[in-house]
Amino acid sequence: MWIGLLCWPFMGLHSAGIVAVGLLLLFLSFRFFDRKIGAVKNIFQKIPGRELAGRIPRNLWLGAVLLAVMLLPLALNKYYLDITITAGIYIVLALGLNIIVGLAGLLVLGYIAFYAAGAYAYAILSTQYHVSFFAALPAAAVLALLFGLALGVPTLRLRGDYLAIVTLGFGEIARIVLNNWDSFTGGPNGIMHIPKPLLFGLKLGSPVHLYFIVLAMILLVSFVIDRLNNSRLGRALVAMREDETAARACGVNTVKLKLLAFSLSAMTAGMMGVVFAAKMSFVSPESFTFWESIMVLCMVVLGGMASIPGVILGAAALVVLPEVFRQFQNYRMLVFGAAMVAMMIFRPQGLLPSKRRRLELEDPTLPSPDESGEG
Amino acid sequence: MFLQQLINGLTVGSIYALIALGYTMVYGILEFINFAHGEIYMLGAYLAIIALGFLSQWGLNSWAAAPVLVLLFAMIVAAAYGATIEKIAYQPLRSASRLSPLISALGVSIFLQNFVMLTQGARDKVFHKELLFSPAFTSGGLSFLNCHVSHIQFLIMGTAVVLMAGLALFINHTKTGRAMRAVSQDPRMARLCGINVNGVIRLTFVIGSALGAAAGVLVAMYYGLVNFYIGYVAGLKAFIAAVVGGIGSVPGAMLGGLLLGMAESFGAGYLSAQYKDVYAFIILILVLLLRPQGILGNKTDRS
Repeated sequence: MWIGLLCWPFMGLHSAGIVAVGLLLLFLSFRFFDRKIGAVKNIFQKIPGRELAGRIPRNLWLGAVLLAVMLLPLALNKYYLDITITAGIYIVLALGLNIIVGLAGLLVLGYIAFYAAGAYAYAILSTQYHVSFFAALPAAAVLALLFGLALGVPTLRLRGDYLAIVTLGFGEIARIVLNNWDSFTGGPNGIMHIPKPLLFGLKLGSPVHLYFIVLAMILLVSFVIDRLNNSRLGRALVAMREDETAARACGVNTVKLKLLAFSLSAMTAGMMGVVFAAKMSFVSPESFTFWESIMVLCMVVLGGMASIPGVILGAAALVVLPEVFRQFQNYRMLVFGAAMVAMMIFRPQGLLPSKRRRLELEDPTLPSPDESGEG
Repeated sequence: MFLQQLINGLTVGSIYALIALGYTMVYGILEFINFAHGEIYMLGAYLAIIALGFLSQWGLNSWAAAPVLVLLFAMIVAAAYGATIEKIAYQPLRSASRLSPLISALGVSIFLQNFVMLTQGARDKVFHKELLFSPAFTSGGLSFLNCHVSHIQFLIMGTAVVLMAGLALFINHTKTGRAMRAVSQDPRMARLCGINVNGVIRLTFVIGSALGAAAGVLVAMYYGLVNFYIGYVAGLKAFIAAVVGGIGSVPGAMLGGLLLGMAESFGAGYLSAQYKDVYAFIILILVLLLRPQGILGNKTDRS
């Protein structure tokens, strides 16, 4: 009722009334089904792949998924393949951001700037200096890495929200500079006619080729993160995320680690920027807005921080679902916003939380990290 | 030129300051960036147009108190929105990790933007100043030393000063204000002292949203055009203003807002208008590097 009243000035009496009645019914039905929902929840907590995945060896499982993914392009038409490639690009981006947000626990809101740096690097190198795709890939990675270091060094002293704001500012500055430096970046018009990748004289122009390039990147990045996760370095990162002071006291060099996380993240984004530029054959500042950074962040958080399958699922869901609901056009973003709120309230750990975090969140004997953190 | 830029900067700055207050008050208590606050400001601007529509339907638009009614209507409705958002999207997340309310706020922000776009249309909306003010008032103003201060600019600065003074009085000299300060210092201790912490948080959102909406109304009067995405940029800049002034500090937000408005105005006037939006971020980064707690911030803060 209350929300209907709030809607009234914007929608007029008639439609606000409908909203109010609808919400009231929804609310009452929720009340009614509340107990049943609890039961369903219990079932859900038992089903998901945990036991199932436990019985099948991990390698077999991964192999089957990989095979399915390899054969996927055969089953897709051009439109679906295009969406899949986009999803793949976002998956890698999300995995890259996951290093810094999920593992190191540093909230970065200007991530897309590294992506833009990579995309523009390839655009300019290829159209003006005829550098090939595979040569531009490492070049863009190095450039993004330098950007990452340039951002990382001065911001190391900042913590939490301040870091978030500075990186946000960095991302915005990058976009505005791209938009206004006409002679170098083409300004708001962007750069067109970016060539497709070439390998040994073979033109890899078709979407299927791109699909496999993106797939290779996903595998590479997942592999690196998986190794990192279970290494001394990864544990040090997680220690830093949980309590920076304690980590430092245990002899973890936090400055070095933060820079490492920054540069790994930035490199991933830079490389994906190259792939993005090659896919679109066109770059403009419009592709690199603050909302893109937010979308990637949402993918990480919705999927489950620090969990590779979770992040992959989150990214895929956030790219594919809006496409599926394209027929609802305007309402999908409305629902998307509401879904983000609902997700945070009902399942803050994400769709597929990482094992380590799941243990932390579910073990009732441990105090939650926030309670001990804030005091 | 210099004086004119100063006046323009002060006008825009007082609008930023009003929005920044909402950020700083919420941050001071909950320690999270309420990304949806910019949308409240946008709602305020739309509510001004809607209120004006009602008034002219009833033929009350040329009444002397009409601008006050518009302002009050927008502030009250936006305050209700603020309280509702807090109740639905933030209150369940009080004890969650720090990222959760942030993402939730972004969700609210996306929701509100699309809500307004769907119900009010995606095109620019015009605030018909001429319905509210007489032509002599709109075009008139005070001219001295080559610079011109329009009545509307006076109105904006005057309203902002009155609202901010009211807020300062409220926070410093009432019992509820004291409770607010107590909660922002230490919520747990405040609860032990018998303060209704949730009530105070709700009140903070109500006041912050009312001020943000007032800024929206003033902007609608100043520029005359309103769009559903104005909340994002203005919100970002106001947030920067809050950080520059020292987040959590109420006078800091006022100072930061004015400073940012002037920096933009002078930057656009003397350096380059293209990079107008960059100045805010450069100031932000400089302040955070040199004095991370902000100009009027506490050194003992959680930085």
